[in-house]
Amino acid sequence: MEISKLTAVELGKKIKSGELKVTDVTKAYLDRIEKLEKDIKAFVTVDAENAMEQAKEIQGKIDSGELSSPLAGVPVAIKDNMCTEGMLTSCSSKILSNFIPTYTADAVLALKSAGTVIIGKTNMDEFAMGSTSETSYYGATKNPWDLSKVPGGSSGGSAAAVAAELAPYALGSDTGGSIRQPAAFCGVTGIKPTYGRVSRYGLIAYGSSLDQIGPIAKDVTDCAAILEIICRHDPKDSTSYNENMDYIGDGITDKGSDFMSALVDDVKGMKIGIPRDYFGEGIDEDVKKNVLAAADILREKGAVIEEFDLGMVEYAIPAYYIIASAEASSNLERFDGVKYGYRTAEYNDLHNMYKKSRSEGFGPEVQRRIMLGSFVLSSGYYDAYYVKALKTKALIKKAFDDAFAKYDVILGPVAPTTAPKIGESLSDPLKMYLGDIYTVSVNLAGIPGISLPCGFDKNGMPVGLQLLGQTFDEKSVIRAAYSFECSRKYERPALLAERGL
Amino acid sequence: MVITDETIEYVGILAKLELSDEAREQAKKDMSNMLDYVSKLNELDTDNVPAMSHAFPVKNVFREDAVTNGDDREQLLSNAPEQKDGCYKVPKTFD
Repeated sequence: MEISKLTAVELGKKIKSGELKVTDVTKAYLDRIEKLEKDIKAFVTVDAENAMEQAKEIQGKIDSGELSSPLAGVPVAIKDNMCTEGMLTSCSSKILSNFIPTYTADAVLALKSAGTVIIGKTNMDEFAMGSTSETSYYGATKNPWDLSKVPGGSSGGSAAAVAAELAPYALGSDTGGSIRQPAAFCGVTGIKPTYGRVSRYGLIAYGSSLDQIGPIAKDVTDCAAILEIICRHDPKDSTSYNENMDYIGDGITDKGSDFMSALVDDVKGMKIGIPRDYFGEGIDEDVKKNVLAAADILREKGAVIEEFDLGMVEYAIPAYYIIASAEASSNLERFDGVKYGYRTAEYNDLHNMYKKSRSEGFGPEVQRRIMLGSFVLSSGYYDAYYVKALKTKALIKKAFDDAFAKYDVILGPVAPTTAPKIGESLSDPLKMYLGDIYTVSVNLAGIPGISLPCGFDKNGMPVGLQLLGQTFDEKSVIRAAYSFECSRKYERPALLAERGL
Repeated sequence: MVITDETIEYVGILAKLELSDEAREQAKKDMSNMLDYVSKLNELDTDNVPAMSHAFPVKNVFREDAVTNGDDREQLLSNAPEQKDGCYKVPKTFD
């Protein structure tokens, strides 16, 4: 039996039954990293020694019956913008290239309590700002389906690690599509939960009103199992969901966080809407064909599918980049070379030290967004840009609310194209931003979304299917995704078989 | 929208970034392109739309004002670029 071909939940079962040892599983992944990482560059940090120590300790706790979660003993890779006590957390930025956190993000703590083995920290776009994982200070991650292409971003390292089976699953974060788009580009599955489902404590902030942590794995079952573990109330994040829902106002219904109960191959009578305006200008024919074929499969299984006009689609990107940049400019003020991180070598006073440390420590894309954010928040422009974007966000949310009054789930593509070549996107930032057209509105509206593989383009690159649900209704999304997934089998990148891995 | 030298200078002060001449010219161009693009929002009539900060209605969350963390001064200072006598060390700020 090849360990790496199993899913996280399958591994967990075999560990629980005693068929596999945690140390053997961990060692198997570390060996694969040893062989493939130089080509993929999915990680910023791999701590083999520490992972093996964790594995031994966790095996003991499984043997004694102390640990019994479905993922006990299963290794995980964590995106490098989530704090891990005692382990470098760089956000793939020079400015945090020496930062060793003194605490651990709540989502990671939840996984640790469930007995997972942290195998390393994955590469990403610097501060999660980008759609290709090329803006990393540590260099670009490669797509395991074609090493000349990007894995998507910003959680590109996490998605590439799962696709190349360097880890059975990973955590990513999604501010404007950063879990869903790389999952689509790498042929794996990722969920961006409803805003508030997962604590943001210890997640290095980019756009605080948009950021959510979520799972990236090989299938929907794994994602549901992981999400059940990391979704919990955390008093340290005041926007984190709690069962009493006492922070949430009227009109919101929680459909429950028992996500694994939604793994049912049955969509009979489920109402699914396809936004006509998702299939206009700019979408690749192969993407369109595969996504619509997925809709046909759900129709054959008994879902009631119809096309409709969602509206507001073309306004999501401008609103998103104003809001995300504004929040980024504020969040990133803390990186000043005083308390942690990079400080410039020579300076003549405090302000000069701030400016030099930041200009030398941040890369071009991060500086671009900080400047745009500073501008749209500045006196005289605040109403024209920032407030206008917040009003647009209200209209986008209303468009989704109107749609969810008629449909249980919205179905569409994740991105207009499959993964582009490395180096193609960075020369024209605006062009790269336009690739986020189907993902950013989901963050603005705070709703959940899943990305799962649904086919390939003519070059053999994976195409992603996106399913969206109403606030706190991940379960409808998981059910529809699981039903679709039951109709096809998981495909591994050809590279793995070529290398005998 | 044309971004002038004065505007980019002002944004540099707000953003605490120091740009080289070359980077400044590029920043002017990038910001101008981006602002032209986002001005698309002006097509929307939003006069009677309230600005939305949170995507669904939320209430304030209160907790007791009690200290729960311990003394972790040493660990926190271990990340400081420079420290002295248990404090962060910064360049001279006042004369």
